[in-house]
Amino acid sequence: MKQFWIYISSFFILMNCSSKEEAYEPVPYNLKIPELFSDKLIAPILPANNPLTEEGVALGKKLFFDKILSGNGTQSCATCHNPRKAFTDNLQFSSGIDGIKGSRNAMPLFNLAWNFDEKFTWNGQDFTIENQALEPVSNPVELHAVWKNVTERIKNHPEYPELFLQAFGTSKIDSTQITKALAQFERTIISGDSKFDKFLLGKTNLTQEEQNGFNIFMDEAKGDCFHCHGSDNNPLWTDNQFHNNGLDATFSDLGLGTVTGDPADNGKFKSPSIRNLKFTAPYMHDGRFATLEEVINHYSEGLQASSTIDPLMKKVNQGGVGLSDKDKADLKSFLLTLSDDEFINNTDFQE
Amino acid sequence: MRKITLLLILLIFISCKDEVDCCVNPAPVNITLKFTHNWNGVPVTSSDFNDFKFTTENGESVSLVKLRYVVSDINIGNKNKSHHLINIGEESGLELNFNEVDQGSNILKFTFGFADANNIDGAYQDLNSVSFNVPGMLGGGYHYMQFDGKYKDNNNDDANFNYHAIRAVDKSDPNNLVFKDTSFDFDMGTFNFQNDTIVEVKMNIAEWFKNPNTWDLNILNTVLMPNFEAQKLMQENGKTVFSLGDITNN
Repeated sequence: MKQFWIYISSFFILMNCSSKEEAYEPVPYNLKIPELFSDKLIAPILPANNPLTEEGVALGKKLFFDKILSGNGTQSCATCHNPRKAFTDNLQFSSGIDGIKGSRNAMPLFNLAWNFDEKFTWNGQDFTIENQALEPVSNPVELHAVWKNVTERIKNHPEYPELFLQAFGTSKIDSTQITKALAQFERTIISGDSKFDKFLLGKTNLTQEEQNGFNIFMDEAKGDCFHCHGSDNNPLWTDNQFHNNGLDATFSDLGLGTVTGDPADNGKFKSPSIRNLKFTAPYMHDGRFATLEEVINHYSEGLQASSTIDPLMKKVNQGGVGLSDKDKADLKSFLLTLSDDEFINNTDFQE
Repeated sequence: MRKITLLLILLIFISCKDEVDCCVNPAPVNITLKFTHNWNGVPVTSSDFNDFKFTTENGESVSLVKLRYVVSDINIGNKNKSHHLINIGEESGLELNFNEVDQGSNILKFTFGFADANNIDGAYQDLNSVSFNVPGMLGGGYHYMQFDGKYKDNNNDDANFNYHAIRAVDKSDPNNLVFKDTSFDFDMGTFNFQNDTIVEVKMNIAEWFKNPNTWDLNILNTVLMPNFEAQKLMQENGKTVFSLGDITNN
């Protein structure tokens, strides 16, 4: 009889637990897709095994800004990816919790759901945002934490267990759930409201300099930027592919080659979006250029030949495309029209 | 006796049903277009890229770096697909499936690039998403082909080429652009499909440099998009690029 009551009690206890977990039904998140994106592009990548929900995005945002993810509680994702700087930090190389500098410039974060090949970071080493989010937490020159310890801290946190329950309907907390939440938040980080976007929607006009700069950008005989950096028909302003853009004759960082092991990929790095350049200096994978002028001068007369240089760097043997001072200034004016002040001030992305 | 009569009637009905299924409405078949690539008969895949292993008709050693092209208005009998992008380096788009194709006589054909009527600026989200567009200053629309690579120039130094095919545009008068539709059709002929079938479409990449115009990369190498005459030469050479390969039944 005693055994009978133990079974009955256990059954009801289990039922109770189960009911509590199932009681949470996360609310689907309504992703605000800019008009130009929905008009011009295929659908963003929203994985079926990690759908966006209000609770998941909110949890991911909280985690993104929380120093609990670092080994000594001094840094968060936002330390190097500051929303007010288009999710960069304006440093050539960021320092991790131990004061050790990395070797690549912190990438800006926006429009990641439209990275259709889902290869992330400068060398494409991480497939999917979820996988990318795993890496900085344990990287010794970044947050330098042990995932097991991070998970324990979050499990013992006064708020997080309930938030995970609400977001995922389970009290289970591990690195998979944590990176899922981070990825959900990152997929909502969208920038598509620059002056040039407004121009394309007929809401504003460009100056003569900006228009000329756009023409240089699109002219195969001048800037020829559009082959890698999008166009008025590709509002991502990147092809999200990997190119050797003639920075060096020899490579200290093999870039994509470190991932594929193919010498033909040495010196190739992801084309970053040219949105929000106003906020994301310095430039290139190693942050070598402090100003946009330096970037433009590089393509105009600073190209270095190497075995893997992209054929689109067509005038490498003359040093570059050879723009006039006027064309350089106009090109810069155009590039700055892709600055999205609404984005960097969007409270949805602030702590 | 009554049972036998009923059985006979039943058999007749079953027999009639079979007759209708097999001969009046034969089961549709699945057809796959398989795009393969070669250099004068030597197979070319992504593993052959980034290596000076091919030589043009004019004698330049070339290394292929990127080659992607679009075919459009693809017809198999009464089935049609708007367009299809093939990217050899990324090994994507190498097969195109048509399901539920009627058995019997079917015409197979496609257009290389886009005919003017279909070359609508910004209209195709999949092509916008992979930056296959042509700038508005050249009339907009889409590339037909992006073929990038390197060649050994007259000094045996590495030099770049961007053999990009688009609708030809004469910009002599910037205020009055003159266009010429340089897409072309490839008609594979008429096929009598009885089974699921794979149809190989072969591209001989060397033909782009060969026939009828021997292409000198030392002269025509980059900035070919706004080059009206170069685009016409590409079209002429392109017409011998495609051929029909193996037809295999599944």
